[in-house]
Amino acid sequence: MTLARKFNSSKMKGLLVLTALFVAVFGKKTFEGDQLLQITAKDEAQISLLKELSEQEHLGLDFWREPVHESLPVDVRVPFHSLQAVRAFLGYNQIQYNVMIMDVQDLLDDEQREMVKYRSFPRSTDDFVYTTYHDLNSINSFIDMLVAENSNLVSKIVIGQSYENRPLNVLKFSTGANRPGIWIDTGIHSREWVTQASGIWFAKKIVTDYGRDPVLTDILSNYDIFLEIVTNPDGFAYTHSNDRMWRKTRKPNSGSSCVGVDPNRNWDAGFGGAGSSSNPCTETYRGPSAHSEPEVKAIVDFVKSHGKLKAFVSIHNYSQMLLYPYGYTSTPAMDQAELHELARRAVTALQSLYSTRYTYGSIITTIYQASGGTIDWTYNQGIKYSYTFELRDTGRYGFLLPADQIVPTAEETWLALMAIMEHTRNNPY
Amino acid sequence: MASTGDLEPTHYPARRAAQVALHYLNTHHGSPFRVFGLQQVHKASAEDVEAGGRKYKLDFSVTDWASGSAGPALRCSADVLFPRTERHSAPDVKLRCEALQQINRTAQEEEAFYQKHITPDSAVSARDIPDSYGNMSEEMQPFWRLARVAASFIMLRESSENTEFNMAQVASVTQQESSEEQLMLEFVVLLHDLPSQEIVQWKLLASWSPDRGVRVLQTEWQPRCPHATKPPN
Repeated sequence: MTLARKFNSSKMKGLLVLTALFVAVFGKKTFEGDQLLQITAKDEAQISLLKELSEQEHLGLDFWREPVHESLPVDVRVPFHSLQAVRAFLGYNQIQYNVMIMDVQDLLDDEQREMVKYRSFPRSTDDFVYTTYHDLNSINSFIDMLVAENSNLVSKIVIGQSYENRPLNVLKFSTGANRPGIWIDTGIHSREWVTQASGIWFAKKIVTDYGRDPVLTDILSNYDIFLEIVTNPDGFAYTHSNDRMWRKTRKPNSGSSCVGVDPNRNWDAGFGGAGSSSNPCTETYRGPSAHSEPEVKAIVDFVKSHGKLKAFVSIHNYSQMLLYPYGYTSTPAMDQAELHELARRAVTALQSLYSTRYTYGSIITTIYQASGGTIDWTYNQGIKYSYTFELRDTGRYGFLLPADQIVPTAEETWLALMAIMEHTRNNPY
Repeated sequence: MASTGDLEPTHYPARRAAQVALHYLNTHHGSPFRVFGLQQVHKASAEDVEAGGRKYKLDFSVTDWASGSAGPALRCSADVLFPRTERHSAPDVKLRCEALQQINRTAQEEEAFYQKHITPDSAVSARDIPDSYGNMSEEMQPFWRLARVAASFIMLRESSENTEFNMAQVASVTQQESSEEQLMLEFVVLLHDLPSQEIVQWKLLASWSPDRGVRVLQTEWQPRCPHATKPPN
């Protein structure tokens, strides 16, 4: 790689800029309007001219690469006040140059912003980086910041504690009392990282669009939205500390060295049937009894005591599917026709953004038989619009979805969620 | 849940059979610069056969993951036979894809990659591809694809009507001494089975060259102990 190409790499540029930043910090200078020129001398004579130029102290030229030989490019930061003179000099002498950086201060400001962003503790949800995966502490900070910034709209409810005593945090978006509700959860399976990441994005989306998007504002004038971002915090912490592929809860199983229960086989709907396992050492272990897991029980208690949830969406990855009950039986749900048609519309909305192909149907026909699942229970409780998403992708990266797909995934999924919420709002029951 | 006759193309019985056909396609035509993924099943049917197995007839489209979103879809048809034997035996696949011969645009990249790593001092060694955050360096992409193709041999062999395999991660790649002008790579791969949600670990030894393609020489199932409690420190 030639020196020139090496410099052109943004990494190299960044390094040099950071050096300049340190200079700025120490020297308390500002670089507004300054430009970085890369000069290519074509012969010895031009090199001599450039050396003379470098001796003109009043110009305040700052050579990042001195003129040495015509085969080597010369990089010089030209202060704003000298630009006209220097460019005239180069033009008159027919010395070739490129403007590498139009405004050095702009670049420094950008770098500053990037560095602030990637600091461990963003100061606000506007500072928060949505395009990367976060750990539990970071997400809990986000939740608290969001509430603090939008206290008229958002509150935090702790619906229980996980096995390892972590709080089960639910965000409540509400504009009035005694409203029916819509529930969304992400991260019930801890290794499905794009779901928690999408949950964070949904939370920010709601506060951003409230008062701006008429459809969402109308929904919130009639319904509360409940959002549990890290539904399985023990598992989530474990995916960061020990095993990226951990799915279940972290509760030990008596009589076994194997840990954890599949929280999406632990619900009292077809509990114990085909489509879940009785072996604690498996990923779909149903648990000793229905609702044995505190993470599940907390939601069960919340749903029952609320009594007026009208839609329930539980989000997973991967497979790119929108699914409705049942998973434990092939008997069609009573509302199958309506659920199927709504799923079709939600998927159409989702696909409109990035053409991501989704399939939809009942759990048992579309993906596999699964007993003791969340939305089978919620549906049997009378929450008609009960859906499960399987987000991107279809197996290429699976659980290890590249972070640059977080926001596109969240954006397209949101369109489907809006379709479901809008239908719920327009079809009260 | 078996039904004979026409199958819903978007439901799992057709999709699982199509994935088996994909594994077969990749074992034959995959390379460090070509891995096929299922785009869509168009038509599917199944029938029980006399010998006691079940045969699926499929019409589907595939795309090459290596060519990104720019890549065209290839139309394929396949017969996938799942035998019904006492002990599991591999499905049998007969496959036809249109225009397969025409995709040889990767010959240059393959040759460059081969030359770079067949030298005696090439000793590639890496872990966790992609990493927890889904990151994979450009340098590692061809090795990931090779692992994916090699893993297809295992996934094909282990498939049944009750499984749906993907490769979840390459746990490690360690280049071995080249042999008979073949790149020799030892992989440890994590496979994910959708219906059981299990992560299964396999160690395998694969060879590759532009001429001979991918061959899998050894495979070894490896136990994982993720369900156990963390050992005391």
